[in-house]
Amino acid sequence: MKYVDIEQVQKKMNSRVLINKLAKSLFLLSALFGLVILVILIGQVFIQSFGWIDMNFLTGKFSNDPNKAGIMGAILGTLWLMAVVAPVTMFLGVGTAIYLEEYAKKGKVRSFIQTNISNLAGVPSVVFGILGLTIFVRNFDLGSVVLAGGLTMSLLVLPIVVVASQEAIRAVPQYLREASYAMGATKWQTVKNVVLPASLAGILTGLILSLSRAIGETAPLVVLGIPALLIPFPGDILDRFTVLPMQIYYWTIDSALVAEYANLAAATILVLLVVLFTMNSIAILIRNKFQKRF
Amino acid sequence: MIDKNKKTISIGSITEKMVPGMLLAIATVSILTTIGILYTLLSETILFFTDIPFLDFYTGTVLKPLSSEAQFGILPLVTGTIISSVIAMFVAIPIGVMTAIYLSEYASNRVRRTLKPILEVLAGIPTIVYGFFALTLITPLLRTFVPGLEATNILSPGLVMGIMIIPMVASLSEDAMSSVPNSMREGALALGATKLEVTWKVVLPAAASGIIASFVLGISRAIGETMIVTIASGSSKAFTLDITQSMQTMTAYIVEVTGGDAPAGSTIYYSLYAVAMTLFVFTLLMNLLAQYISRKVREEY
Repeated sequence: MKYVDIEQVQKKMNSRVLINKLAKSLFLLSALFGLVILVILIGQVFIQSFGWIDMNFLTGKFSNDPNKAGIMGAILGTLWLMAVVAPVTMFLGVGTAIYLEEYAKKGKVRSFIQTNISNLAGVPSVVFGILGLTIFVRNFDLGSVVLAGGLTMSLLVLPIVVVASQEAIRAVPQYLREASYAMGATKWQTVKNVVLPASLAGILTGLILSLSRAIGETAPLVVLGIPALLIPFPGDILDRFTVLPMQIYYWTIDSALVAEYANLAAATILVLLVVLFTMNSIAILIRNKFQKRF
Repeated sequence: MIDKNKKTISIGSITEKMVPGMLLAIATVSILTTIGILYTLLSETILFFTDIPFLDFYTGTVLKPLSSEAQFGILPLVTGTIISSVIAMFVAIPIGVMTAIYLSEYASNRVRRTLKPILEVLAGIPTIVYGFFALTLITPLLRTFVPGLEATNILSPGLVMGIMIIPMVASLSEDAMSSVPNSMREGALALGATKLEVTWKVVLPAAASGIIASFVLGISRAIGETMIVTIASGSSKAFTLDITQSMQTMTAYIVEVTGGDAPAGSTIYYSLYAVAMTLFVFTLLMNLLAQYISRKVREEY
């Protein structure tokens, strides 16, 4: 006596297997959607910027004439911005991470700072722009200079560095610390000579990722009143400056007036993307090559 | 020698005592930042509400900051923000979740290792580039399909914002799905379920809170996104629900007003802070909600 009607089962199974296959291809298509968009985006940027990137464009000054315009001012401004953001973020971010992981007792203070950092990570960047505008530009009367922009950006990317550094420090095994203590080292000596070198790769990765975020951010700088066009090049942290995203912003919104501005925007985007991809590749390289496995 | 040792030890012990204090001081910078944000927003917002009644601001449908009879109603900005976020989530939720399902349930290790970095690249593209993309490629493309679509409209930046948020929804949802124990999948597979049935009836319900948290975070990101809408959605402050029209969001209003050099002390200047405060509260609530939901998921396993 048969309990199972094989034919019936087979019939039902076939359709279920078919639906599964269809769903699988649908999911695959979704997963490839991002890739397609990326190809279209980069393709468009390449096509539009074709013929517009030359030495004059890379080293020239800003100009309203599309054929003469260059982005050297924005490149220098971006470098100056990094010169402020990198040390400030590293100091604040790594310091906070060391405090939270090594010194703070598990309790209210620690969880308060931790919650605060994860909330800060969700604050829209434009709000950081308002903070910078009110405090640095107006209250400290700095004006829209490199220092004001850099400090604002540092606060914006701080959560990224703190979280990455915390993960890196947490990954250092306890026995390394214990070995250091056993040799008679004090807590700070252990942190300085054992924990930090062992977590350096992770910290650097986080720092580079936060810098690349700071390079690409536009909204806080628009709010700070950073100009989109700049004739004298910045040479000091108290000089006015512009950055690549601001240049892209200006040329994009004005492309309705002068059609060639769209090409200039695309060319600047290409430069910006090359910088960002290079930085991210370096971050990944550091993570893969130098990260010790304990 | 003992003396010498004592000396170095005493210097060492001073450092030893100072370091925790200094590190605590550094760590408080993040708290000071939050206090700074709250203080600047609140103090100027209060001044704004001495000029414009609270209720008028939050129920007003007319926003005319520059007219001689200036009116400050935030509702046009709120609808602009909500509509662009809803359009974005219509793109980001289905594609993000399906991508997560593929990566977590179907993809081989090799495919996963290739696709994930591509998603990360997509997440790392600056929003200004997405704005350029929306204005110069997506809008002209949409105008061939959608008659009556204006050169600046809310539809195109909404769609592009959705593309921007896909990686976030996908990666957070994938994390939630990967943390579903394999024993649960194996149990269902052993009963003869197909992979789709396992995903649909076992993995998705088990990972639901993590996936929903990713939606909430995605919405929060959409509400706070600035450059895409500033560039591609125009600055019309009309109170409308028509997605083919230009609309302004709260973030784009902030950019417009600061870019226009509003004189300090004027009502327009203060309205900037009132709008920013509203935006801040919106996103903060979303982020707290997401944290609450994802904390609940951790308790389950």
